[in-house]
Amino acid sequence: MNPALKFLVHLDRRWVFLLMALAVMIPIIWRMEFPEIPTPLVRTVFDRIESLPEGSRILLAFDYDPGSEPELQPMASAWTWHCAKKKHKLYFLALWPVGPQMIQATVDSVLKRDYPQMRYGEDYVNLGYKSGNEGVIKVVVSNLKELYTTDHFGTAINDIPLTRDLVNIRGMDLILNVSAGYPGTKEWIQYASTPYNIPIAGGCTGVQAPLLYPYIPNQMFGLLGAIKGAAEYEKALSDQYPEYARDAAGKRRPEFTKGIERMGPQLIAHCVVLGLIVLGNVILALHRRALRAA
Amino acid sequence: MKRDTIVILLLLAAGAGWLAYRYRSSGVTTGLGYLAIKSDGIPMSVPMHAARELKDATFSWPRTVGIWAAGFFTLAIFSFLYRDNPIYKIAEAAFVGISAAYWMTVGFWAVLVPNLAGKLFPRLIKFGAVPGLDLDKIVEDLARTSWFGWGIDYESANGDGLTAAWWQLMNLPYWLPMILGAMLLWRLAPKGAWIARWPLAFIIGSTVGFRLVGFLGADFVAQIKASIAPLYVPVYDATSGALDFGRTFYQSMNNVLLLAGSFCALLYFFFSLEHKGLAGKVSRVGIWVLMITFGAGFGYTVMGRIALLVGRFEFLVSDWLNVVAR
Repeated sequence: MNPALKFLVHLDRRWVFLLMALAVMIPIIWRMEFPEIPTPLVRTVFDRIESLPEGSRILLAFDYDPGSEPELQPMASAWTWHCAKKKHKLYFLALWPVGPQMIQATVDSVLKRDYPQMRYGEDYVNLGYKSGNEGVIKVVVSNLKELYTTDHFGTAINDIPLTRDLVNIRGMDLILNVSAGYPGTKEWIQYASTPYNIPIAGGCTGVQAPLLYPYIPNQMFGLLGAIKGAAEYEKALSDQYPEYARDAAGKRRPEFTKGIERMGPQLIAHCVVLGLIVLGNVILALHRRALRAA
Repeated sequence: MKRDTIVILLLLAAGAGWLAYRYRSSGVTTGLGYLAIKSDGIPMSVPMHAARELKDATFSWPRTVGIWAAGFFTLAIFSFLYRDNPIYKIAEAAFVGISAAYWMTVGFWAVLVPNLAGKLFPRLIKFGAVPGLDLDKIVEDLARTSWFGWGIDYESANGDGLTAAWWQLMNLPYWLPMILGAMLLWRLAPKGAWIARWPLAFIIGSTVGFRLVGFLGADFVAQIKASIAPLYVPVYDATSGALDFGRTFYQSMNNVLLLAGSFCALLYFFFSLEHKGLAGKVSRVGIWVLMITFGAGFGYTVMGRIALLVGRFEFLVSDWLNVVAR
């Protein structure tokens, strides 16, 4: 057998790991970026939030944790920024234990920075985490106060202007769910959106995206699939509102364009994966031929 | 020296050399990262030498230690790609232990305290843990809605939660989950582990019923309904009103593919018919439909995993090593 072929057949997989690490690291250091075009699924979500009248009630369910933060935080930030820009009323809650911390991080980095005039309890509220997975959804669609007696900070729910008269979430104009798995978008569709016709859009990890496509368009009107969906949404936002991506001095705001930034390493890494798949198959074919010849 | 050792030493040397080059070539703008909190509460990563000269921020030792711990654990987890090792084991054990402890603590304070103890002993919980509990509202609600009071006179409390007797604040049905929860923990006792089977049976039964309804409505019926779509979908131009052939073709083909794909994939799982002849060919197409679905799933999964890797690398080079400015 050809020595080069023999080397490739027995190539240590750790070289592949190293190659992949370089394929991801180099575009990060060189800040490689590529143009994004919002696809119809993303555009639909953008247009829906854009067209809602000022003061619409939006439930933002942040069902993720730091493990999926790189993939989901860009869309969570973009949605929060957009909803605040349109002066909607924001109700945050979480079905994941670390969700409230992700909500607080988003509030700190988006609302407190760009919308300091928004008041807690009047413009947005953090209802925090409740365990029970889909059971929580099942309760809040009928009686929110049965489960949520206080907000995340221990303030009585009846002392908060936004929630004082809120009976359940059926009155929401929109549910935006950022989902890293179970419980997540699927459960919100099953127990809130489908039975009660509450419009819902999901923003999910790549693993979930193919499983959620069948719900479009009847049970879910739009989907931000993984970091690509987030990058497209950031593009749509910065086209409509240039101040989203650049400050008054025209300087780039990287904290709001993480999705676009992270698509650079994605492209290079995908090219490497494709190349490795082709190379692996070529090596396999050559190896088989060499074995037959021997 | 073993080949593995040489390779890893070379890689470490290359990394150290590159860091030294970056620090030297970019002057004073980079350095190992420290974390500070800005006056508006937003965390910022700053170079080591600049940490002491912050103007609009307070240097934070706890968060700095956190960043360095995160850097260490990230590298510890990555080290598994090279070979299983004790450092990786430490990181893995720390992650599992911290996650379990965090989950338990959050579950206790976010659910058990306000939603169980807060329903049974609200005054105690209000003054001990959840000051936001509205005792007057609890008394009012119990007087108005409780149908399961076993003769307790809720109304004589006159809606005053502070002067009401402790039993007038108690929501009796919540004793049921309390008892079931205690029975579930009986599993840990040396005798009578079977007692835990009763609440377990309740949990399984209720979950099955609960999820069955959800799946039947949203996945079974609604998905069948969504699959019944017209094969010809005329789309008209919004301004001229004329038939838009391109979009009509696209929409119609979409529905044709949906129907054909669903039918072929379903036939593949229909085992009452031998997969020969026409049925065999159609089920073969069904396999292709399934393969395309799995391919889409694989592609998205790769994208998801790379996004996570990008996130970790960004942390290493921006927050921790501070060689790439944010």
